[in-house]
Parts: sequence; C-alpha cells; structure tokens
Amino acid sequence: MTANAGATRTLDGVVIGDAPLISVRGLVNRFGEQLVHDGVDLDVRRGEILGVVGGSGTGKSVLMRSILGLRRPDAGRIRVLGVDAMAEDPVTRRHIDRNSGVLFQDGALFSSLTVGENVQVPLKEYYPDLPDSLRYELALLKIKLAGLPADALDKLPSQLSGGMRKRAGLARALSLDPPLLFLDEPTAGLDPIGAAAFDSLIRTLQQALGLTVFLITHDLDTLYAICDRVAVLADRKVIAVAPVAELETLDHPWVQDYFNGPRGRAARDAMQETD
Amino acid sequence: MSVAPNHAPPAVAVDPQDPARLRLSGRWTLRYANEVGEALRAAPDGIACVDASAVERIDTLGVLQLLRYADRNKLDFDRFAFRDDQKSLIAAIEDVHDQRPKKQRDHGFHAALGRLGFAVVDNTREVVALVAFLGEVLAKLLRLFKEPRRFRLTATVHHMEQVGLDAAPLVALLSFMVGAVIAFLGAMVLQDFGATIFVVELVSAAFLREFGVLLTAILLAGRTASAFTAQIGMMVNREEVDAIRVLGLDPIDLLVIPRVLALLAMLPLLTFIAMMAGLLGGMAVGAFNLDIPAAAYLARMQEMMETRHFWVGMSKAPVFAMVIALIGCLEGLQTEGTAQSLGERTTSSVVQSISMVIVLDALAALWFMEMDF
Repeated sequence: MTANAGATRTLDGVVIGDAPLISVRGLVNRFGEQLVHDGVDLDVRRGEILGVVGGSGTGKSVLMRSILGLRRPDAGRIRVLGVDAMAEDPVTRRHIDRNSGVLFQDGALFSSLTVGENVQVPLKEYYPDLPDSLRYELALLKIKLAGLPADALDKLPSQLSGGMRKRAGLARALSLDPPLLFLDEPTAGLDPIGAAAFDSLIRTLQQALGLTVFLITHDLDTLYAICDRVAVLADRKVIAVAPVAELETLDHPWVQDYFNGPRGRAARDAMQETD
Repeated sequence: MSVAPNHAPPAVAVDPQDPARLRLSGRWTLRYANEVGEALRAAPDGIACVDASAVERIDTLGVLQLLRYADRNKLDFDRFAFRDDQKSLIAAIEDVHDQRPKKQRDHGFHAALGRLGFAVVDNTREVVALVAFLGEVLAKLLRLFKEPRRFRLTATVHHMEQVGLDAAPLVALLSFMVGAVIAFLGAMVLQDFGATIFVVELVSAAFLREFGVLLTAILLAGRTASAFTAQIGMMVNREEVDAIRVLGLDPIDLLVIPRVLALLAMLPLLTFIAMMAGLLGGMAVGAFNLDIPAAAYLARMQEMMETRHFWVGMSKAPVFAMVIALIGCLEGLQTEGTAQSLGERTTSSVVQSISMVIVLDALAALWFMEMDF
C-alpha cells in the first residue's frame, strides 16, 4: 500500500488521517419534555460497518438525522469527515453532503422520476458539466452494482418491488462514490432471502468501494453477518460499542433480552453454521 | 478544513522505455471527469498496455472511462495494471459493465403521431369512466334508501362545512363585485338611450338565470374539485383505499357519497347566496351611482321579474354539483401512486370540472331559451 491508501477518499481533497470518520460527543436531543439523547458519544472508524441497535424510540433515526444535519441537536458536538457537522456554513455542509450517501428506510426515491433519473439527480447537481452519455452510463453502472437488472433503469419506483426499491435507493446513495454510507434499516420489510442477499451486497460494495457504513438495524442476522462493531443505544446513551460476540455477554437487561431471546439465538446459531 | 496539497489532475504519458505502454497518474475521479475524458482522447495510438499503478485515486467514473477507452481501442482489460488496493473496485465494476448501447429515444413524426393516438384513446376512456362512475354512484345512492346504515352522517356534515360554510364569504364577495360590474357596464350602454332603469332587469336576469349559479359552480370547481382529488388521491397513494376495500367497506359509500351529498346540498345554498349578493351589488351601484334609490330598485325588480328566472338558475345547481363532485372524486380514485400523478390528476379535475360546467351551462341556456322559460 502506498502512503495514500490510508487516507480517506474524500474527493474534495480533505485528508483526515486515521481519525474517526464520524465522531459524536455529548449529543443531547430533546422533543419537548421528552429527552431522547442525553450525552451520546460515538465514533465510527474508517472502513468499518458500524451497526446501531436499540429498542423502538431510543433515537436511532434521530441520531442519524443529527449527523446528517437534518435535525439540529440541543447540545453536543458532531464531526463528520474531519469537519464540524453542526456548522451553518454552506461550504462545510456541501462537503459532507457530497461525501455521504444515504439510504432511507423506504428508499425515498423521487416517485415521479425513473430509477435511472433518480440515480442521475446527484450527478446533475454536483457535476452539471458531465456529458449526458457518460452520466447515463454511470447511472447504469451503479444500478447494476446495486444488483438490479439493466431494464430497471427506465422503470418508475412505483413499478418496483420493495426489495428492488431499496436497491435503487442504494444505487442513488452510491452515485457520487461517497466514502461514507448511511443505511436506515436496509433489510426491514424484505423477505429473509432478500435480506440476506442485501446484507452480502452491502458487504461486497463496502469492500470493493472502501466504504465506511453507518447502519441502523433491528435485524439480528444483519448484525451477525456483516457488522464489524455494534453500538447499543439504551437509556438515552450509547451504552456499549463492541463486536457482536462481546455484546452478547454484556450485563444489561435490554441487551440480554435482545441477543439471548429466541431470535437472537437463532441468528447466532445460523452464523455458527455458516462458519 | 485541511486541503490536500497535491490536487493532481489525471495525466497520461507514454513510457519512455516502451512506446506501446501508457502510464497513468493523478486522480481519476468524478471531480476530474472532463480532464479524464480529455487525457484519454489525447493518448497516442498504438498502445498495447496501460500501467495505472501510479494512479493516486480512482472511482467508478475513472474505471468506466478506462473501460470505454479499452473498448474503443480494442484493448483487453487484462492489459491494464492497477494498484493492489484498487483492484477490488476495478473487479466489481468490470463485473457489471457491458457495452449496451444507449437506448435511442424517438422524437420524430411517428412518436408524435403515437402520442396523439394515445391521448385520444385516453380521453375516450376518461369519458367512459366518468359515465360509468356516474352510474355506480347513482346506484349506490339508491341503495342508501334500502340500507340506511351505510349512510355516513358525520362525514357528510363535515364535508358540508368545508364545501359550503367555508366558501360562503368568498362566494358572496365575488358575486357582489360581479353584480356591481354588470350594473356599471349596463348603465354605460343604456345611459345613451336614457334607459338606465333597465339596469335593474339586466342585473336581475343575469344573476338569477346565469351568473349566480355559474360563478358559484366555477368557484367550487376550483376550490372543491381539487380538494376532493387531492384528499382521495393521497389516500390511494398511501393504500388507504385498498385498506377500506379489504375491510369489506365500499370506498364509494365511505368517500364518494358523503362528498357528493355535501355538494348537492351546499351548491344550491351557495347559489342562493351568490344571487342575493349579486343583486345587492347591482342595487348598491344603482343607489350610489345611477340615482335609482333602493326602494325604487326593489319595486321595479318585483314588478318586472318573474320567479321563473330564479328557478331557471336554481335548477342547474344540483347538476353542476353532481358534475364537480363526480369529477373530483373520480380523478382522485384514478391516481397512480406518484406525486407527479397526483398533481396531474388535481389539475385535470379542475380543468375538466370548469369546462364541463361552462359547456353544460351553455347548452342549458340554449334549451331554456328555445323552450321560452
């Protein structure tokens, strides 16, 4: 490896060294009286797939929205790709947006555009000079990388199945080759076979494109199959960040219920069989 | 923000030792898309292999451009050498890349003719659908008499408030103004003949026979038909209408009939308000500008105008109500899952209902005239 390989591929030329790609410190989020986060600390390291788990209402999506700048936290500091994610400065914001891809829960595809046009939207916005034919080919490439057939390009999102919509959303998230990928429950609503295929797709792309992935999930199989580390949100904090094998032994009632309940055991057994 | 010192654009150079070998360097990324294209176009002919191991960074675009270059020059992609840490990216993209030519869109005469044909067929279907929908709603309205438990009173009253009560001030204000304008216009023409007093007949006939109901219907076509389409269309998009069906309920009973009944009840009432406001507008202009005191205005109106004019206008109100409600609801039910479609349907419902109202009004005017009503 050359000296360069260690540095993250942020195309705006920002070099971050080996510092975490995302670092959250003392995050507080409040909705009226309800305190969702009270001092959340979390680091996402370069090149890892970090799974974020927690019961319903523990603020997994709120955490992601805060990092993405969709919600302004009540207190705390967030740094993404070496810059302050809470800065109002549009140049900084654009730097983060340009270098991160997001797959929302339902894909959030633009319903009046075809899949191909959806994937081309970020390219048009950031690289208006790109020749049409090249942009078209890039979109086609991304769609096939996401595991869709080429004829999906001309279809509307409403003509796709749920699993294909997620793949199309992933293709759009990847259209600018971002080093950082956010996935909000990528396997929710997919059948088990489709979910397993999506998991391995994420793993493959993460390795091929050198991605860092922030992955919110409820899916125990996903945790066992592809996550390098798992962060547990509970009691308004991140109570632990560790590889999933270590988390099983953590002495916390929710964690015990989660990993040692019937579904947790099944997922672990399935993992051991494949090993 | 720390910016890297070396913003090296992509570059190609022929290997000094081997003229058939191309050496690549710099950043082959989306950011340098144009430079990548130019660099590869500028490369000399007769290249047999490419050494890309000095490339600093490469992304999907860089790989794609190299693949295209390889295709153009009939080079085997095995003759490209990449840095080890970039190989997995290259392999992933090479796997899914193929040389499918871009689909050509036909913008010519045939396509235009085709679109025209589709538009005609679509329009025909729309008319048939509206007639069928009218039949279905009427049948289900009749069923209400047999099975009164299907009637949704709360929903009907709710829509009556939204459609009728909330629109009353607007209808009154606009009718008052149009009434005043007609009085002015009439006075301007009639003054020359010393027949200013005929303004009374002009305003009264215009408002009782035509404008009261027409203004109200046009207003409600814009205000209510669009609201119906948007409400029901959104419910279709969110599969709420499907949920109604699988619960064994009837969307016509639940969504359409309350709206139709609300409009059937409220449009005549609003028409009455519009007629009164229009007459008042004429009377105000008469009293303040034309020296026709209110008492004289009223006396002349009573003397010259017959009640039949009022009934001619009023008889059209339920017809317009039916047209507006049916078009609004039908367009909503025909929405197809996208934001674009909802927008198109809403536009179409307003356009259709306004045009239908005006066409029907013109036909009615003709018919009433011929019948001497």
